[in-house]
Amino acid sequence: MTPLAAYLLLSALLFAIGLAGALTRRNAIIVLIGIELMLNAANLNFIAFWRFGPNPEALTGVVFVLFSIGVAAAEAAVGLALILSIYRHYRTTNLEQVDSLKG
Amino acid sequence: MTAPIAIIAVLTLAAAVTAMSLRNLVHCALMFMAALAGVAALYLGLGAQFVGFAQVLIYFGAVAILIVFAILLTRGTEPPREPILSKAWITGIAIAVVVFGVLSAMVLSSKALTREPGPTPQLPVHQLGAQLMTKYVLPLEVIGLLLTAALIGAVVIAMHDEEGG
Amino acid sequence: MDQLLVTLKHWLVGLVPSQYAPFFSALLSVGAIAVVFPALFALTTLLERKGLGRIQNRYGPNRVGPYGLLQPIADGLKALTKEDIVPRPADKVVHFLAPLVLVVPVFLALAVVPMGRHMTALDMNAGVLFFFAAGAATELSVFMAGWSSRNKYSLLGAMRAIAQMISYEVPLILASVAAIMAAGSLSTTQIVEAQAGYWGCVPRWFVLTPWGFAGFILFMVAATAESNRSPFDLPEGESELVAGYYTEYTGFKFALFFLGEYLGLFAVSGLGITLFLGGWHAPLPALEWIPSWAWFFAKLLVLIAGFIWIRGTLPRLRIDQLMGLAWKFMLPMALVNIGVAGLWRFMPGGWERWIVCALCVGAAYLLLGGLLSGGKVFAKRVYRYAD
Repeated sequence: MTPLAAYLLLSALLFAIGLAGALTRRNAIIVLIGIELMLNAANLNFIAFWRFGPNPEALTGVVFVLFSIGVAAAEAAVGLALILSIYRHYRTTNLEQVDSLKG
Repeated sequence: MTAPIAIIAVLTLAAAVTAMSLRNLVHCALMFMAALAGVAALYLGLGAQFVGFAQVLIYFGAVAILIVFAILLTRGTEPPREPILSKAWITGIAIAVVVFGVLSAMVLSSKALTREPGPTPQLPVHQLGAQLMTKYVLPLEVIGLLLTAALIGAVVIAMHDEEGG
Repeated sequence: MDQLLVTLKHWLVGLVPSQYAPFFSALLSVGAIAVVFPALFALTTLLERKGLGRIQNRYGPNRVGPYGLLQPIADGLKALTKEDIVPRPADKVVHFLAPLVLVVPVFLALAVVPMGRHMTALDMNAGVLFFFAAGAATELSVFMAGWSSRNKYSLLGAMRAIAQMISYEVPLILASVAAIMAAGSLSTTQIVEAQAGYWGCVPRWFVLTPWGFAGFILFMVAATAESNRSPFDLPEGESELVAGYYTEYTGFKFALFFLGEYLGLFAVSGLGITLFLGGWHAPLPALEWIPSWAWFFAKLLVLIAGFIWIRGTLPRLRIDQLMGLAWKFMLPMALVNIGVAGLWRFMPGGWERWIVCALCVGAAYLLLGGLLSGGKVFAKRVYRYAD
């Protein structure tokens, strides 16, 4: 197994863990943490391809990851603001109780 | 992959699993930070120093604090011992296992990944800066706009409503 | 004399078989930092107490040795032998780890500061970014300390401390961006080399330019706020919050927090010296025979004396005044400073660029200061001295 395949498997495993957490937990903040973990796994993928790929001088992977980290931070900020606003209305962060649009 | 990197990878995965499965929210957030530190160490091991330091600066210095503040502001009274997993948790775990299975099957069977790796590429910071200012200047400006929009949006969403609103 | 320590290190590394040489060399650098800076910390605690005492018209500690010189040893022994109390509802693992999470990143940050010619422990391409990343990691320890104590006052102090630290991190980084722009590199050794040379007999330090002077003042004010030192020590205000986020820490853990705070002060002063005060360069060509590390530590001691002086003199800022200062004054001022640094770089040398840049900086200062104080005019302060 080449080092590139090892890093890709690692990032796939990290992605699956984040996905499992985002799909199974009830608390909205833990779901957000799972989403951030998925984004980090994707970034690791990019850096692994930059390092072991055919053209590392173009710096494409590194620049993409920088922008991805910036976007992830902005998305975390807006997501947490939304969670705060929902908490203020429903008095809970439990996603199963925030269901007024259901059915 | 040398031994230190393998150890860091195992620790990162363990921290991620713990982060997704603890009951105490603050412990989850701290384990998540440990997982991110592990990912930053992996970036340093791959030779992308600027990205590793930027990851620590942004995630530890900003996102960690955001998550922690949000946990503290949404606690209310401590709830009774309700289950931490939602009712459809088996479906969620099944989906995650299927996704991992598909990805790993793709990775292990691809012929493009059997190429030998070249020498470690250098990442001089001034070259990164020059590329950001010439080839990638449009994404740079757009992300500035996006961060401003996110900042204003987050403030507007989380502001206290006016009385009667 | 200048390269005494470097040649000593090379000789010691030469004694070890060559496959262990890099490891041994790193161990020596780390060991040197781990010995010198805690010793400087002990000296600073004594200097601070005596300095504050003299400002307040009294002697400092003077019983334990000649002029109180053995006081830090007495303090260290006391901290080590005190009973280690952990509150019963406290979160034991997080409570234990918080001082470690404070001290380790601060030691990492000290590794990129150049302390003499060829005397940087870690010479990296992105040294200044590494420094700020290590500084960001210390904020997490503040939260861990405050939350794990299960104490309302600790949590409140921790929240205030974190809000203050993230607010002042932005002007700190922006003020250093101006110096990085002028030097053209993020590597600390290259920034020091960009300040070599003299204009006649005036050294080429960045602090002696209009934008460098404003940047240095901004950097030092933000550094004072980052270390939670007076006049920004509301999070640990002794008259309000007992001791803020480290209320529930006793004995050695408290000493570790103290160590972490003072080492953070040394690290950020060291970075200020590197970015603005010319690192280890001598101020006059005639004085270059004094070794470079002596100049670095002399400048560090001058900055520490400045911090102690300010602590003894200025009253504490309220939390809203503190936040207003960071966001409404220092952030726009730092942005204007970056613009002026760019202007300085592209204007031809001579007296015009001094006048233009000084006018820009001065006008921004007066405008923003007027906006911050809301146009209020304060009466002149009157002092009464004790007889």
